[in-house]
Formats: sequence, structure tokens, C-alpha cells
Amino acid sequence: MTYVLELIAVNRVFPADPPVTALAGVDLRVRRGEYLAIVGPSGSGKSTLLNVLGLLDVPSSGNYLFEGAETTTMADRRRTELRGSRIGFVFQSFHLLMYRSVLENVMLGGLYTGVPAAVRRTRAVAALDRVGLGHRHRFLPSRLSGGERQRVAIARALVGDPALLLCDEPTGNLDGANTASVLDLFDDLRAAGATLLVITHDATVAERADRRVRITDGRIS
Amino acid sequence: MKVRDLITEAVSGVGARPARTVLTIAGVVVGIGTLVTTLGVSATAGNQIAGRFDAATATGITVHVPVPTGKDAPPAVSWSAPGNVARLNGVTAIAAWSRTPEGRDLPVRANAVRDPTRILDRLLPVLGSTETLPAATRASLAAGRFFDAGHVRRRDRVAVLGALAAEQLGLTRIDNQPAVLVDGTAFTVIGILGTVGRQDQQVLGTAVILPWTAADDGLDLGPISTVAITTALGAAQLIARQAPVALDPNDPEGLEVDAPPDPASLRGGVARDVSGLLLILGLVSLIVGALGIANVTLVTVLERTAEIGLRRAMGARRRDIAIQFLLESTVIGLLGGIVGASAGILAVVAISVVKQWTPVVDGTLAAASPLVGALVGLLAGLYPAMRAARMQPVEALRGPS
Ligand SMILES: Nc1ncnc2c1ncn2[C@@H]1O[C@H](COP(=O)(O)OP(=O)(O)O)[C@@H](O)[C@H]1O
Ligand SMILES: [Mg+2]
Repeated sequence: MTYVLELIAVNRVFPADPPVTALAGVDLRVRRGEYLAIVGPSGSGKSTLLNVLGLLDVPSSGNYLFEGAETTTMADRRRTELRGSRIGFVFQSFHLLMYRSVLENVMLGGLYTGVPAAVRRTRAVAALDRVGLGHRHRFLPSRLSGGERQRVAIARALVGDPALLLCDEPTGNLDGANTASVLDLFDDLRAAGATLLVITHDATVAERADRRVRITDGRIS
Repeated sequence: MKVRDLITEAVSGVGARPARTVLTIAGVVVGIGTLVTTLGVSATAGNQIAGRFDAATATGITVHVPVPTGKDAPPAVSWSAPGNVARLNGVTAIAAWSRTPEGRDLPVRANAVRDPTRILDRLLPVLGSTETLPAATRASLAAGRFFDAGHVRRRDRVAVLGALAAEQLGLTRIDNQPAVLVDGTAFTVIGILGTVGRQDQQVLGTAVILPWTAADDGLDLGPISTVAITTALGAAQLIARQAPVALDPNDPEGLEVDAPPDPASLRGGVARDVSGLLLILGLVSLIVGALGIANVTLVTVLERTAEIGLRRAMGARRRDIAIQFLLESTVIGLLGGIVGASAGILAVVAISVVKQWTPVVDGTLAAASPLVGALVGLLAGLYPAMRAARMQPVEALRGPS
């Protein structure tokens, strides 16, 4: 199987007055090992697309196959399980727990998929080495720079060994130097065979991807 | 900024988080409620305790003498017997009387009343008593005097009326030497009773009381039926055991003695009153604590919305989220239980040292406190945990981090 995910004619309509069509007939295929950027202006439906891809939200109509399995008809529990074990999330605002150390934050990855604590610790140490923060285990996130925080969040996403890394505006809160460090990390991950899907409205971020897809008013072009 | 605007802001702030507001208000309601209840209940319990210690009930003994079986059987208690009891150490007063048997009250009329429309004859209980009755029953005299030993010895036909009896007979004054006809025999009224202090002798208010010698002459009231004894404080139990022997040496068991409860059971009763009150207060504080935990946990849930979103994104099921917050509130309750039990024991010891008491600590309760605390925490966490579990991941991820 070559595709990690396939969207076929996906619509997402929010019930409002009048109803908001955030995604309209979206078709999208992402190959294993691909580094894809989705670009579009604010309000174009990027976050909605990411929520659907991340199994956090369900399309109003259409099909979404993840690693060949139809997800739109899955039970909530099965979707949660798939999300926890096969998808890693990276958010614009990092979502680190401020009262837990860097290592503990990274160890949260895989917590809900039944990975034993000892294994999670080994993997967390390896992941922190991979993002270049092997010397920051005991730090609290508040003492890290923005770029370092985002790299901790990426390490957390890597611990569960996901099939797909979904990043929503990963550099949106970062300055130039920190953005560069995160983008360099993405290049490394790409080289190591990870599948990356990065949502951004920043052209320089999109530049670094293998392929760019533009979204406007909920439509892919 | 105008005060009205400030009020508007405050009210909308209160209304914005209804569940939190309700929990906070509930905490205040229970807290204030406890305060008011504490004051009210402690006053009530104080009364209760005072009632148990009431000297009047703690020092009054009544001996009921059974009716002789045969017409010619000797009386169980002779008229000289009360004198023997009076000599016992601890007896402050004793009176004995015979009375018309229950349901066989005698017709009594006042000869002074001339109003023909009045029903003249009243059926009233008639007592033939020793002269010591007012002291032994703590009765006061509203008018006149009680008869004395001389009246008894001379078999004088005098009478003292209970307050209700005097009212029914239409007698309010005695300075005009009124007389009453008891079953046709005339007696001069020399006094009217006021209140009767002993609660168990209220029947005296409705009675016509005669010297027992005079009653014996014509009315055939029979031998002594009742002996009323008043003792010194603390002597009631002893006297209650000794009096039947002094009254009827041949068959003390045949007498029925009404005595106040003994001090041991009195102390037990008071202790139960006090610990019951304190238990209620303790339970109420526990409820206040539970509401506090619920409130804080709910605030925590709302503050950690983004964390909940993150955990859901990382594969946490609703159940996992609910269990996490339930465990958090349970642990808070458990810690509170442990610290609270320790602090409580220390407080008991400290108070005992200050008051020079021997501290008594219920080991089972101290051991169970952490469990009770954990249970309270668990219950308090139910609603916040449910709120946390119900959050949609997409919405939660947008929340405060
Ligand atoms: N829960 C929702 N209810 C109603 N409309 C929504 C909801 N979420 C998003 N939208 C609308 O869908 C459109 C796309 O939103 P979004 O995916 O957040 O855009 P982007 O992330 O590209 O800025 C916007 O017009 C937004 O207002
Ligand atoms: Mg967005």
C-alpha cells in the first residue's frame, strides 16, 4: 500500500445559519515518506482539514481512508485508538504541560496506546536526542525558547512511532532562527523516512516541502 | 467607571460560569447554614442537657402503694411509716396521702355559691394527706395556708384546694371562711395551692386536700396510696433503694418506686447528646469540604481544557480523561483525610493537655478517615470529571493552556 491517507470528495459543513462549508469536495492523497505542505489564507479551511485528517473530526460526507481503512464509518473508540497510535500532532501553541519536565512531556506520547512506561522512557530519550535536546531532560518548558519547545512537542509526537506527522502552523509562534531549527528538523525526519504534512500560510515554510497543495475557501487547487 | 457598570460586569461574570457559580454558592450556603445550625442546635442541645440535669427531676421520688387485697388486710404502709423515712440521711421532705380511687371521685360543692344556675356538685379527687405535702411536692400556696400537725392531731375539718379545684368550685378568696361540702361533710377552706413544682404530681391541682385524720373519720379514703419524697441532690438513688424497706419492712418488693434515672445513665445520655451534635457538625463540614473539592476540580478542568484536548489527540478516550480527574480529586480527598485525621488527633491531645483531661481517640475512626476523605473526593470529582470527559477534542484544543 503506497498511500498513507486518501481523501475522496470530502465535505465538512458546520451547522450554522447559514451553514458554513469549510471543506468542499476535497480530494487528497499522501504517499508514505512524503513531505507535503498545505498552504492557504486564514479562514480557508486549513485547520478543519487538519482536524479531519487527524481523526479529531468526521467529514459531513465523502470518504477518508487511513492506511487503507475507511475511517468515516469507524466507531469513536476505534478512531481514538488509531489517532493515538498512528498519528503524531504538532500544534502552533506547542501544548506542553508547563508543570512537567521536558522528559515527562515527551513521555506522554504513547501513554494512551499501552506502551509500558519503561519503553516510553527509552523512546523519549531517543526522541529528545533526535531533536537535539538530549541535554534538557529535567528542564521545565517555561525555561526553553520557542524553537526548543516546538522541538519537544515534535519529540513527543515521535515517541508513538506514528505513520503520519500532522503539523498545524508549527512555526506560527516562532521567530526566524527558531523557525529554521524546526524546518531543519523536518528535513532530518523526512530523510529518515517520516511522512510529514505541514499546514502553513508561510511561503518559506512551504518552500521546504516536496509538494505544495493550495486551499482556498475549502477547495484544493 | 460607574458603579452600575461594575455591577453589570460582576453579574455577567457570575452568570458566565453557571456550574461554578452554583458550586460556589452551595459552599457558602452550606457554610452559613452550618453556622446558623451550630448556634441553633447548640442552644437546643444545651437546653436538652440542662433538662437532664434539672434538680427537680433529679431529686423527686414517688412510691405507689398497692391497694390492699382484702377488706380486712392490714395496710401495706402505716401512717407512722413516713416518719421512719424522714429520718433517713438525704431525705429533705416526705409526704404521704390516701386518695379516692381512680374513677371514684367524690362530689364536692362550695356552700358559699348561691347562683342556682351553676352546677353545684363537682366530682373531684379527694386526698387525705400528712401536713408535709407542700414541701414534698414543691407546691406553693396561692392563698391562705396549709394545715399543720395540730390540725392533723385534732382531726380538724379543714381543707386545702388545688388551684384548678378552687376555680371549678368558684372559690377565689378564703378570708370569708368558705366551706366545702365533701360528700356531704363540711370542711373549712384554709388555703388554695399555687403551682406544684414536681411535674409528676400535677394531679394535686385538681384535688381537695384534707388532713388524713379528718378524712379517715367520715370519708373512708383507705390507707396510704402514695408517698412523695424529695431528696438532697445526688441522694435520690440511695433513698429510692432504702425507702421501700423503711415504709414496708414486711414486703418492700410490693411497693412501686418511681425514681429519677441514675447518674451513670444520665451521663451517658448527655454524652450521646453532645457527640450527636458534634457528629452533625463534622458531617456538615465534610459536605463543605466536598463542595470545595468539586469547585476547585471544576476550575482545574476548565483551566486545563487545552491539556484535555492534547490528551484526546494523543489517543485518550473519554474514560481515560474522566478517570484522571476522578483520581486527582480522590487523591486530594485522601490526603485531606490523612492530614485531617492527624490534625484532629493532635487537636484532641492539645485540648486535653490544656484542660488536663485524658485524651480519648477512636482508633477505628482515625484509621477510616483517609478512606472517608478519599470517598468524599471521589464523589466531589464526579461532576467535574464528567464535564472533562464530555469535551470535544477540537474545541478543547482551542481552549486555554
Ligand atoms: N465549529 C465551527 N462552527 C462553525 N464554523 C466553523 C467552525 N470551525 C471553523 N468554522 C469556519 O470554517 C472556516 C474554516 O475555518 P478554519 O479551518 O479554522 O480556517 P483556517 O485554519 O484556514 O484559518 C472558517 O470560515 C471558520 O469560520
Ligand atoms: Mg487555523
